[in-house]
Amino acid sequence: MSTDREMTFEDVLRFAAKTGVESSFDDVAPSAGAGMAPAAGAAPAHGTPGRRLPLPVVDARAAGAAASPTTHTSCATGTCGCGGVRAAAERALEREIRASGEWEAMPFDADPARFPDFAAAHGRTPPAPTVGAQADTLGAAAGTRPGSPDAGGTVLDKPVDRRRALGMFLGAVAAGTQAAAACAPFSPMSDEARERKLLEWAEYFKGNFRLMTDEEKAETIRRLERLAYLKQGVEVNIKATEAQPGVVFGYAFNISKCKGFRNCVEACIKENNLDRRTGTQYIRIFEMEAGEINLDHADSTFQHEVPAEGHFYLGTQCFQCANPPCVQVCPVSATWQEPDGIVVVDYDWCIGCRYCIAACPYWARRFNWSEPHVPAEELNPNQHYLGNRARKKGVVEKCTFCIQRTREGRLPACAEACPTGARVFGNLLDPNSEIRWVLENKRVFRLKEDLNTEPRFWYFMD
Amino acid sequence: MQHLKAFFLTALASATSGGRRYHLWMGSLTLIMLIGAFAYGIQLREGLSVTGMNDHVSWGLYISNFTFLVGLAAAAMMVVLPAYVLADVDFSRAVLIAEGVAVAALVMCLAFVVVDLGNPLRSWHLIPGIGFLNWPRSMLAWDVIVLNGYLLLNLSIPFYILYGHYTGRQREKSKYLPWIYISVLWAVSIHMVTAFLLAALPSRPFWNTSLLGPRFLASAFTGGPAFMILLLWFIRSETEYEIKEATLQKLAMITTVAAQINLVMLGSEIFKEFYFPTHHSTSARYLFFGLDGHNGLVGWIWTALFLNVVATTVLTIHPLRRNPRVLMPACLTLFVAIWMEKGMGLVIPGFVPSPLGEIVEYSPTWVEFAVTAGIWALGLFVLTVLVRVALPIEMGQVRSPYIAKTVTGSEEGLEKVPAGTPAKA
Repeated sequence: MSTDREMTFEDVLRFAAKTGVESSFDDVAPSAGAGMAPAAGAAPAHGTPGRRLPLPVVDARAAGAAASPTTHTSCATGTCGCGGVRAAAERALEREIRASGEWEAMPFDADPARFPDFAAAHGRTPPAPTVGAQADTLGAAAGTRPGSPDAGGTVLDKPVDRRRALGMFLGAVAAGTQAAAACAPFSPMSDEARERKLLEWAEYFKGNFRLMTDEEKAETIRRLERLAYLKQGVEVNIKATEAQPGVVFGYAFNISKCKGFRNCVEACIKENNLDRRTGTQYIRIFEMEAGEINLDHADSTFQHEVPAEGHFYLGTQCFQCANPPCVQVCPVSATWQEPDGIVVVDYDWCIGCRYCIAACPYWARRFNWSEPHVPAEELNPNQHYLGNRARKKGVVEKCTFCIQRTREGRLPACAEACPTGARVFGNLLDPNSEIRWVLENKRVFRLKEDLNTEPRFWYFMD
Repeated sequence: MQHLKAFFLTALASATSGGRRYHLWMGSLTLIMLIGAFAYGIQLREGLSVTGMNDHVSWGLYISNFTFLVGLAAAAMMVVLPAYVLADVDFSRAVLIAEGVAVAALVMCLAFVVVDLGNPLRSWHLIPGIGFLNWPRSMLAWDVIVLNGYLLLNLSIPFYILYGHYTGRQREKSKYLPWIYISVLWAVSIHMVTAFLLAALPSRPFWNTSLLGPRFLASAFTGGPAFMILLLWFIRSETEYEIKEATLQKLAMITTVAAQINLVMLGSEIFKEFYFPTHHSTSARYLFFGLDGHNGLVGWIWTALFLNVVATTVLTIHPLRRNPRVLMPACLTLFVAIWMEKGMGLVIPGFVPSPLGEIVEYSPTWVEFAVTAGIWALGLFVLTVLVRVALPIEMGQVRSPYIAKTVTGSEEGLEKVPAGTPAKA
């Protein structure tokens, strides 16, 4: 099932490049998008020296650092500017992408040289990737196949008009329906109840998060915050922080250290506002029998003193695969991979078909079989639109590496809560990060590598 | 235009008039539908938690019925193809009925998918333009397209032909024949796409087999024609609509050969799973023999296999197949066997054990049973109405009142007075 393989530097680069946020190419806009991970980062720029960016460091372990024996050693290979290795990795990646057909689906034409102005103009502006993705998805929505001859040339101006038109249309629909609802009061309703109905009504007509303009995003966030207040009297703060450039998150799990305490599970529930009624959990800790790595014989529901004799512990959660099968199958593109590698769900776009649950080889996705509930006093008010904000019944959710925390330079709740130092989290693109040190100096493996999902979650042992 | 209005009035009259048994039948179907609607109301209010599904077994009875019914819809091709493309006269009188079966099956398919959705009100997200259809990447997006396209084809082609008869106008073959060719290919596509929907998932080794598509086709051409035989036999015995014995026999032959092929493929799968069982065989082990004391489907699948083998054997023996008293029970047995095996027997083991090896069993709740029964009643209701409307027109009993002179000699059923069929509007 799992193979014991050493993580090479090329591999790290491959994952880095797969997301399109590669420091050497920061002058070309990276792509976001529905699973079409690599964009400009994959463009061949042979021999480009590995210029290093001042990347935000996310690996500062607040609590567990002392417990961890792993030191922040600068990697020998990582600091070198080995452009040759990079170029080779990129060429390999380009071949792979071309073969997979995703090249055609890229936001702009494969040859960035054709659009130097675009690259120059948008390269350093953070929203650029989103613009690219929106343009592409809009093109597809309007019936233009991505990769059709005009997809490259006209992508800059056309979709913006379309997007605005869509926004205006939806706005008009929402306004009209609001007016209709307001004019027809069936029953005496309190002002708050009516406000809530109107907000929910307006929410119903909003579009896919990736197709929204910045104003639309701001509006829906306002509505959601207000709804949360009307519902539970809690003032929540919903952010839509975008992926930071030059960051791709990775996770490593030390199976020698984990003792099965499950503090991570508890922290995750609290941080991510998981449903308390049905006891939703993103993280599972498997009690494994010594002598084999076979999850079939493992127990994730153990209720006894840990660590148990003759056992070790292995935690699973969403692995944020670089090649996620769940993203591909979604019929409405309600789930996608962000530029920093996090696979997210638009809870308000998901239709609840659960195809993604069937597609995940790691059983990482959860469905809201009934209306989820978190008591007001336990609600975590620091929320992200794509992360721990309130879910409704009938939608899928999943671990987002605590997007609301990690995009602001903090550790995920599970990594912070771990008392043993078994959890290592950080930026794969930062050669000085702890995660990079682990990948380069430990023997690591991943689950079900044969499925070609390329998880960004590794296991290792001391 | 007046023709059109008269057509729908006639259709309404045909569908709402009939003998006591007819009304009893339609009344019971309506009652079952209402019970289903009530159960669905509960599901809408409470969420899918009222079903037996959970995060481990995330698809259940609904999707099981869906995969089976796609086969029933596709099986119309087995009548359409010989009737139109090969111009086999024996099938010509069955073809409209086959298309009616396809429409009813598709209505059921779409209904089963909708009731399975966690957010049915957001279905508009699937509509390109106002929503976003993830085509061509998602196989579910493909399925949405092919199922709706097939429904459209199977509504418009029979309507075109039937309406031609009704208004007494000759229909030009060149106008509808190309669409028939398309619909034959389309029938294969709906079934292959639905198989690919499951086969596309490397996370579920039980489905992730290249044999799944062909097996879907084989089982569809087993269960579908078996159902057609039962239906045609019923129509023949209850109405004056003439269906030749040759039609039933040819369909029986198709059913038999498809059933044999289906069994060969089943055997091939069983061999592959059990000759040298690997980690990927655990789902098959759960299905056929149970896993660690969990054996919820063992009785189910062996019953299905037993019925399947018995019916196929009986059909294989010529004298037995030619005897209607044996043919009908055999077809019914086969139909039930395929439903058991290709519904729950295919969908549920895909989820057991979970990708991380956990075993959670599934059994449907009363809500699921009620909704499922309601949808089947809906399908039978649609089928009855379609057949009820089509037959009098086909037999020439009903013609548009606006035709200048009576069309004569077009159909043979004119002089007969059919029992239980509605009078002219």
